[in-house]
Amino acid sequence: MSTERMINLIVNGETYSIAEKPGEMLSDLLRYRLGLTGTKIACNEAECGACTVILNDEPVLSCSYPAAKADGCTITTIEGLEEGAFTPTAQGDPVPLHPLQEAFIQYGAVQCGFCIPGQIMTAFALLQHNPSPTDEEIKYALKDTLCRCAGYPTIIGAINAAAKTMHTGRPIDPPEIPQSANPHQSVGTLHPRQDAVAKVTGKAIYTDDIFFKDMLHARVKRAMIPSGIVRRIDINKARELAGVHAVLTADDIPGEHNHGLVIYDWPTMIGVGEQVRTVGDAIAIVAADTREIATLALDLIEVDIEPLPVVSDPVLALKPEATQIHANGNLLKHIKVRKGDVEQGFAESDLILEKTYHTPFHDHAFMEPECSIARLTPEGRMEIYVGSQIPYSDRNQVARTFGWPEDRVHIIGQLIGGGFGGKEDIAGQIHAALLSEATRRPVKLLFDRHESLLVHPKRHATQIRVKMGAKNDGHLVAVETELFGDTGAYASLGEKVLTRATTHSSGPYEIPHVKADCYATYTNNPPAGAFRGFGVMQSAFAIESLMDELAEKTGMDPVELRRLNALRVGSITNTGQLLRESVGLTECIEKVDAEIRKLSGGDPFSPQVMEDQPHKVRAWGFAVGYKNTGLGGGAPDKAGAEVELRRDGTFQVRTSSAELGQGLPTVLRLIAAEELGQAPERIDVLLSDTDLTPDGGPTTASRQTFVTGNAVRHASRALRQMLSTELAEHYDVPPDQIRFIEGLAQVNGHTLGLASVAEQIYANGREPLANFTYWAPSTKPLGQGGDMHFAFSFAAQAAEVEVDTRTGEVMVLHMVIANDVGYAINPLGLRGQIEGGAIMGIGHALTENFMVDQGRVITDRLARYRMPPITFTPKITSIVVEHPVSSGPFGAKGVGEIVLIPTIPAITNAIYNAVGVRVDHIPVDQEMILMEMKKKTTVT
Amino acid sequence: MTTWQKYILAHSIDEALHFLSNAQGSACPIGGGTDLLLEIQQGHHDPVHTLVDVTRIPELQALELRGDVLFIGAGVPVHLITESLLVRFHALAVSEACGLIGGPQVRNTATLGGNVAHALPAADGMISLFAFDAMVEIISINGPRMSPIGSLFKGPGKSTLIPNQEFIIGFHLPTRKPGQASSFSRVMRPQGVALPILNMAVWLERMDQQIKNIQIAIGPSGPVPVRATAVEELLRGKVLNSNQLTQAKQAIHDSIRFRTSAMRATADYRHHLSEVLLEEVIGKAWQRATELEVVV
Repeated sequence: MSTERMINLIVNGETYSIAEKPGEMLSDLLRYRLGLTGTKIACNEAECGACTVILNDEPVLSCSYPAAKADGCTITTIEGLEEGAFTPTAQGDPVPLHPLQEAFIQYGAVQCGFCIPGQIMTAFALLQHNPSPTDEEIKYALKDTLCRCAGYPTIIGAINAAAKTMHTGRPIDPPEIPQSANPHQSVGTLHPRQDAVAKVTGKAIYTDDIFFKDMLHARVKRAMIPSGIVRRIDINKARELAGVHAVLTADDIPGEHNHGLVIYDWPTMIGVGEQVRTVGDAIAIVAADTREIATLALDLIEVDIEPLPVVSDPVLALKPEATQIHANGNLLKHIKVRKGDVEQGFAESDLILEKTYHTPFHDHAFMEPECSIARLTPEGRMEIYVGSQIPYSDRNQVARTFGWPEDRVHIIGQLIGGGFGGKEDIAGQIHAALLSEATRRPVKLLFDRHESLLVHPKRHATQIRVKMGAKNDGHLVAVETELFGDTGAYASLGEKVLTRATTHSSGPYEIPHVKADCYATYTNNPPAGAFRGFGVMQSAFAIESLMDELAEKTGMDPVELRRLNALRVGSITNTGQLLRESVGLTECIEKVDAEIRKLSGGDPFSPQVMEDQPHKVRAWGFAVGYKNTGLGGGAPDKAGAEVELRRDGTFQVRTSSAELGQGLPTVLRLIAAEELGQAPERIDVLLSDTDLTPDGGPTTASRQTFVTGNAVRHASRALRQMLSTELAEHYDVPPDQIRFIEGLAQVNGHTLGLASVAEQIYANGREPLANFTYWAPSTKPLGQGGDMHFAFSFAAQAAEVEVDTRTGEVMVLHMVIANDVGYAINPLGLRGQIEGGAIMGIGHALTENFMVDQGRVITDRLARYRMPPITFTPKITSIVVEHPVSSGPFGAKGVGEIVLIPTIPAITNAIYNAVGVRVDHIPVDQEMILMEMKKKTTVT
Repeated sequence: MTTWQKYILAHSIDEALHFLSNAQGSACPIGGGTDLLLEIQQGHHDPVHTLVDVTRIPELQALELRGDVLFIGAGVPVHLITESLLVRFHALAVSEACGLIGGPQVRNTATLGGNVAHALPAADGMISLFAFDAMVEIISINGPRMSPIGSLFKGPGKSTLIPNQEFIIGFHLPTRKPGQASSFSRVMRPQGVALPILNMAVWLERMDQQIKNIQIAIGPSGPVPVRATAVEELLRGKVLNSNQLTQAKQAIHDSIRFRTSAMRATADYRHHLSEVLLEEVIGKAWQRATELEVVV
């Protein structure tokens, strides 16, 4: 192509003339050639809306819009939105943001932030055409602009508020989100996120937004066969391709060949003669000048794999004839819970119910696909830029691969565009590092969505049998559960997840006799690991479904049945733990009950036929749940944090804990502000850097608010004490006469800037810095009784559904949710967690089904794995219950996971109440609902 | 491997034909590309050397009345078709169907020409055109021609159009006369593939309580879209009542073999839904046929 064709376009008011490139999409041009990285690529298949830009006044998906087609067009990206825009404030001094941007911040609509540019641009186009949209019109316009944090309710609220401000010129109406019942100066009050402005303006930098000079692009050759033995790998042709700088195989790994979070069973690459266990297994890795060349090179790598029979079912995996997936067999772990004597319990029972339930794999479908950049420093250290939930674990696993000491690896954590448990395992970190070491150049390894769906660990698919014995009066006497959990090809956190599934499998109830057995098995499916809810989502669906059947059999109200059996202070759990405090389950149950009886006119569980649409039937359903906070089970659970008074008089909190969108930095900032007597804005939070921040441990198990929150609280107190002592000595006053306010220290009538306090400490040869490693209360391993966990969160939820009796279609109309969170440190972030969790639960109940057929992934595109769009947003009534736990920071316990655990059975129980069909598989199959309804009408 | 080598934004029919027929490799016309580009990227369609974008050609951008014909240019973004008052008056089913294609952003790019040329047996826009027995205006290197929409399909995803020689200019629909009306509806599944389980469009002419004429399209009802002629024949000339509807539902069972598709629906479920949709679309069109103004 000798004559270069030019694309002429206007972007954010600037005129560009750019040479056309074959195959280039508009998003790539904007991001990689104009540096406008605010436009995000999340699916690259026109499904998710993250890449939305305004082209000649209409929103389009730039990831599938040919750049050449934009010739002659005018484009606005998120970076162009604030031009000349401002939002008035009550004080009259304008904020230099578009009202939409300001409203998104104030309403807490920003969580991980990756979808936010797309949300705002789509909303911007909507308001251009329709300045006062209804909620329904907002949902219609944003139908395909997905948010996995599911901040949809706050997004709708923010758009409404922005529209109003654009009309009236008045400040944004504040959101109606209550503070904690017991607000302090900072904790328990509403504060926007520290990264919110960057996230609404497109300036937030995620890993794929980072570019280094001479950076190469990596891609991974994957087995694409679920089971077999690698017989031959030929990389010669790929190596010869112009622009390819390295092609590596297992032979090129200098140190440990396997990685893993608990068990090192996951090969970094599969070598000749070694076993392929899942389609996503890596065979070879390529680094090239461009991603396109690296992709071409993959096709030139020749791989022969001798297929082995595929193990695709966790029950069949235990048959003697099944292919052995690992040397020690296909049983990862048999997990047992024993309390009392279930046989005796069933003998004493008046009625016994038994049923088997199935749940599928789920994908986290975080909006930001995995991306790692590895860069070998001139000193020979390996820097890795990555959004990771466990930076110190990444460091360990990368170092092992090279046989290096850990501190030769430096993980520099980046903003994470959603995690939900899916960014705990190694994705591309090791591959990028190997290629950087081989080429001595920075290497970026970005997964595309297809690869992301194939490779990272999923939620465990389960089969759960529940047998339940009860007295006629509803008292539970015995519960026996048998779980088969599919942990796929590698262990990941499988044992831990399925332990949680097992220990929670009899529900948040006090039951004299419990027996639970779980078989965690390897299969040739993609690996399964951590995912918000951590096994408890699955077992809650089973137990809460059968509880509803018990209510029906005993003729009891389903709420009353749960209240009767609910765990409370003084109860002993099925693992033998005495609950001494912070059991707010009964209050959650009662609050939800009162609300739905009010909403339904007193009879929530009876079907209501819609008068104007007789084919639509509504009813409420109810469920409860609980979830441990923290690792528990005897695992040492600690977090380190450091707080520094900087020379400019502001503070910095440092810990390696990760922010996935859940709002941890705000939690830590509010805690530090409270302890230091400062405004939250004076506290900066730095996370996830293994050189600069102490180890906060994994961001998992709803633990960070509790564990790192405590570490920050103690470190802040220690720093405050140090500052007080310093000033007390200097001014010779008792330390208790020293006060800290708003960047100042008050000593004996004098006021001193904190900057000069810092200088003074440095002048004395010390650093104004405090470190604290917080050790959570110790726990006991399963089987030993005592405290298996140091805290539990509790929840009750009710869902109102509408079933279309002509088609079987189900919609969730309203959810009433009560969560006992101990204490609401960050009410704005809490709202996002609660609503987002419920909507993710709606997704799991109705839309999400990660399908695998004989080890091959059917749902290998986002178009096939459907997360709930904004149109699935019900009305949500959220009630926060605060039963403080004495060891928690200000009484707080975890909230990240409990929020979705009761959602699924609340919905399926509502379906039964509406149309009389029990659901024992999720997601709900509308065809099954309809066919079962037809059967019933034929019988009667 | 690269999706395309050359992307031509054609500004006239002649220019488009020239680039299509003189490409140095494979060539293909492209509308919004919302299906085609993904198919290439995902390996379901070979890369194309020269993509000729026909959406800027004035003839394909037209949406207008031409005598007793409503002309919808093949390059008009479907969101404009959804919102067009002309289309909403004369062919409400087409507007309804176009409003359900993809998502809002996709509808700003996707075209009806692409929707039809893609030849999927249950494409919403295409099914709605079928109910109107739309005539398709095609330009080829051998000159223009008019073809009935039914002649455009060879099999699922395969049209009879020759990619490097011809493309669709637009669709000719009869304008609405008194007593005539149309309607479109579909049933989706919230999981899995983003394709309807079943969709249905109807065009009918009502005279008092009698169905003077009716045309029904159901997708997917076979490898290529066809009209439900047996059902049409049964209803044509009859008084619409519940007995007649019951017979029409039976006629669907007798004349259409629905397929079970693993991830979407069983044939039984499709049959059931065909009854639900038939009642719904006929009911709506029947009502609309008495209205002068189009109310949605």
